[in-house]
Amino acid sequence: MDMHAHDRRRFLALGAATAASAAPLLTACGTGFGGGTKSDGSAADDVTGSFDWKRAEGRTVKALLNKHPYTDALIADLKAFTGKTGIKVEYDVFPEDNYFDKLTVDLSSGRASYDVFMLGAYMVWQYGPPGWLEDLGPWMRNSSATGPDWDQEDFFPNLLAADQWSLKAGAPLGRGGQYALPWGWETNVVAYNTEVFRKLGLKPAETFDELREVAGAITRRAPGAGFDGMYGVAVRGSRSWATIHPGFMTMYARNGLKDFTVEGGKVKPAMNSPEAIAFTRDWAEMVRKGGPPSWTSYTWYQCSSDLGAKKAGMLFDADTAAYFQAVKGASPASGKIAFHPGPQGPGGSLDTNMWIWSLGMNARSRDKSAAWLFLQWATGKEHLRKAAIEYSHIDPVRKSIGQDAAYKDKMRGFPGFIETFEAVVDRTRIQFTPQEQFFDATTSWAAALQEIYGGKNASSVLNGLAGDLASKVG
Amino acid sequence: MPGRTAPAPVADHGAAAGTEEANGKRAVRAVPAWRRSLRPYLLIVPALLLTGGILYPFGLGLYYTVFDFAASKPQPDLVGLGNYRRILTQPAFWDSARVTVAYAVGAAAVETVLGVAVALLLHRSSLVGRVLEKILILPLMIAPVIAAIMWKLMLQPSVGVINHLLEPFGLGGVQWTDTPTGALLSSITVDMWVYTPFVAILALAGLRSLPASPFEAAAVDGAGWWFTFRRLTLPMLWPYVLVAVIFRFMDSLKVFDIIYALTEGGPGDSTMVLQIRAYLEAIRFQRYSFGISYMIVLWAVVYLVTMVLVRYLGRIQNRAAEVPR
Repeated sequence: MDMHAHDRRRFLALGAATAASAAPLLTACGTGFGGGTKSDGSAADDVTGSFDWKRAEGRTVKALLNKHPYTDALIADLKAFTGKTGIKVEYDVFPEDNYFDKLTVDLSSGRASYDVFMLGAYMVWQYGPPGWLEDLGPWMRNSSATGPDWDQEDFFPNLLAADQWSLKAGAPLGRGGQYALPWGWETNVVAYNTEVFRKLGLKPAETFDELREVAGAITRRAPGAGFDGMYGVAVRGSRSWATIHPGFMTMYARNGLKDFTVEGGKVKPAMNSPEAIAFTRDWAEMVRKGGPPSWTSYTWYQCSSDLGAKKAGMLFDADTAAYFQAVKGASPASGKIAFHPGPQGPGGSLDTNMWIWSLGMNARSRDKSAAWLFLQWATGKEHLRKAAIEYSHIDPVRKSIGQDAAYKDKMRGFPGFIETFEAVVDRTRIQFTPQEQFFDATTSWAAALQEIYGGKNASSVLNGLAGDLASKVG
Repeated sequence: MPGRTAPAPVADHGAAAGTEEANGKRAVRAVPAWRRSLRPYLLIVPALLLTGGILYPFGLGLYYTVFDFAASKPQPDLVGLGNYRRILTQPAFWDSARVTVAYAVGAAAVETVLGVAVALLLHRSSLVGRVLEKILILPLMIAPVIAAIMWKLMLQPSVGVINHLLEPFGLGGVQWTDTPTGALLSSITVDMWVYTPFVAILALAGLRSLPASPFEAAAVDGAGWWFTFRRLTLPMLWPYVLVAVIFRFMDSLKVFDIIYALTEGGPGDSTMVLQIRAYLEAIRFQRYSFGISYMIVLWAVVYLVTMVLVRYLGRIQNRAAEVPR
């Protein structure tokens, strides 16, 4: 008898039996598909009685934060929160390059590693539908959970609306669940070097045509006027969704253009309309003639640095990206940076796209009551006023802080900042169509923009993009 | 304990088992059959655990690929081979496959040629060779992603050191990563910088293990350098070189860090290798099943290519063994 063959058969049988018995075990261990976390009731309903900051005293909230000057202000003031509530805050801070990957992986794993976290309004479209985000609406409406000082009406309404969605692709923002709270934001406007503008006799552009002309003129003339290696306008260009949303989307929206249209509940790509093709071609041309060298690798960081290092004459990006270079002693260009709303659209439109650093709550958080107290404090008047005046939390999400005399005094040191903020604040909103495939669509859009910049035909590239997205989004 | 017989420590042979010494001083107790049959399995438990640790996520990944699991679809439907069908009918996949192969072939070829050349230079015993040998391994000690970031700064057109060095020759304005070809070549250059020392070290080890007698005989016969290299060094060194090629080709097919840090797959899709596409699908766009399917396809490609190369290596080694030593 072949003992080896016999043993082999037994071994295989044993293996098969083990595998078969392991299958239900694996499922039990949570290796199956993650389920949603939606339930009919909200944990907010469990909070009753009068409002009390000390309701969750002695507990701990875990926060995931992105490395940002707004975060620095929050961390510096955490003692005030602990003193007020008796709640301890443990936090991890990650750089922006991998912050959202970390957050996505953590949320999708179904763990409750973090009770609260920073996110953008676009992330609500990705994290909301799977049920990873707590609907904060019931918490806001519950007077036992929310103090009278929190004052929901004090938020700029477009900011609060930006984090509110019905989770249906194409449905407008401002309806449905409140999946995050605005905490800090950024308008996308133009910042420019006043020294180079004065020397070259230039004025801030009021139209897109002027912007292209000014950008080209700086690239051609600035190096000969004592600004070595200076180019016209710093705009993002990396193969990332983040390339589309600041300057590009702002100017796109001011031209009355749409990313998608919604017809009969169906979302259809619109970035290949004749007007959108013409605009995109002009934008790529502007970058070729007046943009940064190595544009395809440009993120907000390079754009901001170039303005500060006097390598860029203008920046069309988040106002914070210019502000941090404009602060006294922060860069060679500090003291020489001014703000302007940027070019208007054909009808004088100042529609502006925005980025909102929001705070959200994990739907699986084990201590939602404490987490809500933290969110309430972090988005409350007291902390945000202190952050705006003593730290660099410069775009207030609350109207009262925008009108605060001490805040205005501080910001008057930055020419044009307050005027620009006030000119665009009511016209600033999310200009994208909310839908779950936002990151795929905008990353592909950035890749298309790079191809057009590289010389490919804008019409065929954008038609190809629209065709590809139609099957994914529609 | 008085009067108690101790069990035999180990009964290795069936003949010894179950017997009792005639003088009654010691008794050998029989090892039960079930224990004997279990022993081989116990011995391979560590190996099984290790294999299980590798195969479990792989199997789970395969399992996921037959569903349409995504963040937007936490309760997925069974789609069978639908994900693979979708991948293979997508032009984007074939574009990425073409870029991946171009990158892998380019990187492995350049690194092999340069690595062997460096090894031949270092093989000549000299002070410079000995010093360079120590320095050569430095790039291998740097994480590829760090190397890519370093090179990204050096290749920056306006402030990068590369264009600064080229400026006196009238070549200062090169947009290294802004064009599709430039981006691919720049990525291969970073790969080459990091991994050429790996090939060189393997080739150098091979050179040092070659027998001296054939070379002495060739020298006595007055053979020139080129003849010796072509007819003796290279054939005998070939198995070592091929090992380096297999490692580098496999690694280059799976490249992620260097390209992602340097170009993120752009401009356009010009450096969009399969790994980056899989990462974007699975992590950034949260289409988990689809992203994993990309990885499984890439695994199959790497596996098949490696099998072919390993078989070729076997044949080469057999042939090399026939060279008189």
